[in-house]
Amino acid sequence: MTMPPYYASPEQIMKDRADYARRNIARGRPVVALAYDGGIAFVAENPSRSLHKISEIYDRIAFAAVGKYNEFENLRVAGVRYADLRGYSYDRADVTARGLANAYAQTLGTVFTTEAKPLEVELVVAEVGTQPDRDQIYRLTYDGSVADEGPFVAMGGQADQITAGLQEGWRAGMSLAEALSLAVTQLARDPAGGAPRAIGPAQLEVAVLDRLRPRRAFRRLAGQLLERLLTPDDPTTDVPHTDDPRPGLHDTLTEHEPADGPPATGDESA
Amino acid sequence: MIDRTDRGQEGGGRLPAAFLTPGSSSFIDFLGAHAGHLLPGRRALPAGMIPEVPHATTIVALTFAGGVLMAGDRRATMGNLIAHREMEKVYPADEYSCVGIAGTAGVAVEMVRLIQVELEHYEKIEGALLSLDGKANRLSTMIRNNLGMAMQGLAVVPLFAGYDLARSIGRIFSYDITGGRYEELEFTSVGSGSLFARGSLKKRWRPDLDAAGAVRVAVEALFDAADDDSATGGPDEQRGIYPVVATVTDVGYQRIPDDELATVVATLRQEGRPR
Repeated sequence: MTMPPYYASPEQIMKDRADYARRNIARGRPVVALAYDGGIAFVAENPSRSLHKISEIYDRIAFAAVGKYNEFENLRVAGVRYADLRGYSYDRADVTARGLANAYAQTLGTVFTTEAKPLEVELVVAEVGTQPDRDQIYRLTYDGSVADEGPFVAMGGQADQITAGLQEGWRAGMSLAEALSLAVTQLARDPAGGAPRAIGPAQLEVAVLDRLRPRRAFRRLAGQLLERLLTPDDPTTDVPHTDDPRPGLHDTLTEHEPADGPPATGDESA
Repeated sequence: MIDRTDRGQEGGGRLPAAFLTPGSSSFIDFLGAHAGHLLPGRRALPAGMIPEVPHATTIVALTFAGGVLMAGDRRATMGNLIAHREMEKVYPADEYSCVGIAGTAGVAVEMVRLIQVELEHYEKIEGALLSLDGKANRLSTMIRNNLGMAMQGLAVVPLFAGYDLARSIGRIFSYDITGGRYEELEFTSVGSGSLFARGSLKKRWRPDLDAAGAVRVAVEALFDAADDDSATGGPDEQRGIYPVVATVTDVGYQRIPDDELATVVATLRQEGRPR
């Protein structure tokens, strides 16, 4: 039996596509999502302040991605449209991470099998519940597989090593400060076994889904608040549940909680 | 008409192309491209007379030092009947703006939901707030798209007000049914009782009002409107129904609690108002 010279078996085609996607995804810097006592935290090494890897999708749902920026940005916008359309035609309570994860999985899966090039992305869709056991973290890969992850997930470069590290260090009921320091320690590890790199707050993109917020639970963390959360002996262990007082867009928290320290008096000289 | 909402995705659950088309940060534009039947103005009305439907009535808005205040009575009428006693007609559009509705209640409430989603959608996609003029113009577009229905008798005439973060002042916008947008510098009113409310505001509004003073002036204007317009509901102490009064300042949208309004109403009654 003779085959045309350009014949490739379906197994080979799929394997080539998977290798291609996997290789390019593993080249990017990793992102970690992990549960803490008051919600779900997301940590990425990302020096850019405007090209986000972590974003808000809906009231209780967030999105994190690694891989090719233009491809996951397109999927993020699609997710916001999906959620807003669903919430508008039914009710806000009817928008779920499970539904969104399914829609993403179908999209990634269809592109993987029918188009010339798979999407070089890996996504996390997470929803914070009313109780810690209602939290949901889904991980979606380039071929459309979905995994209902446990309380933590790592994607991108060295994801396996980071996952192993999280497995060792994560425990239920961790405070946000503990969860962030665990995540940063794992991100800073040298895959070759050398000394860990130093990653400062300026190189990190950090966000939370805060269980105690009434509606929109997603907030980015930056500035003094993030610095304090990452300082081991600082009394700040959680995010404030109210926004910064300055007028404007309130998507980022920068001021630390006055409750467990001297109250913030607005004195900037300290 | 096919409802694409539930089916959601063609081709085995994959997100349809409209979801993945880059470019637009507007939820209304997305709906227009993907699910036009969900837009109020896109619906073809059947021939014939439209039966009596609930109408929302009087809204007042006024500026004060540091912000803007909007208030609306709670009555919806259907011809000579009172359709609802506790309807809310003033809503936050986003953190720094609010919208009050007069006209056909069903269409108006739908428009409020749409502008709320529109503003939040933009915020999430762009990572920035729309300017106050941008928000007011979005509402203009929505009213303009509703012109066909307005001509059939289903008109909506909202009031829009917000805190302009760039200029640090409160601003008010009124509209006509063609989507015409007019900035009001001091105070304004829409709805069936607006004539009387405006007369009251004209006498009571002062440029140096503070927030508490603005609440008093607004409640009194609604009081006056309710006194002379049967479609406007006055404060109902017996049932505990007070107007919806909200301020928008640099700390955002804040609704005035009923017990504060009860005190204002009690004071006005003691003074023998309205008269």
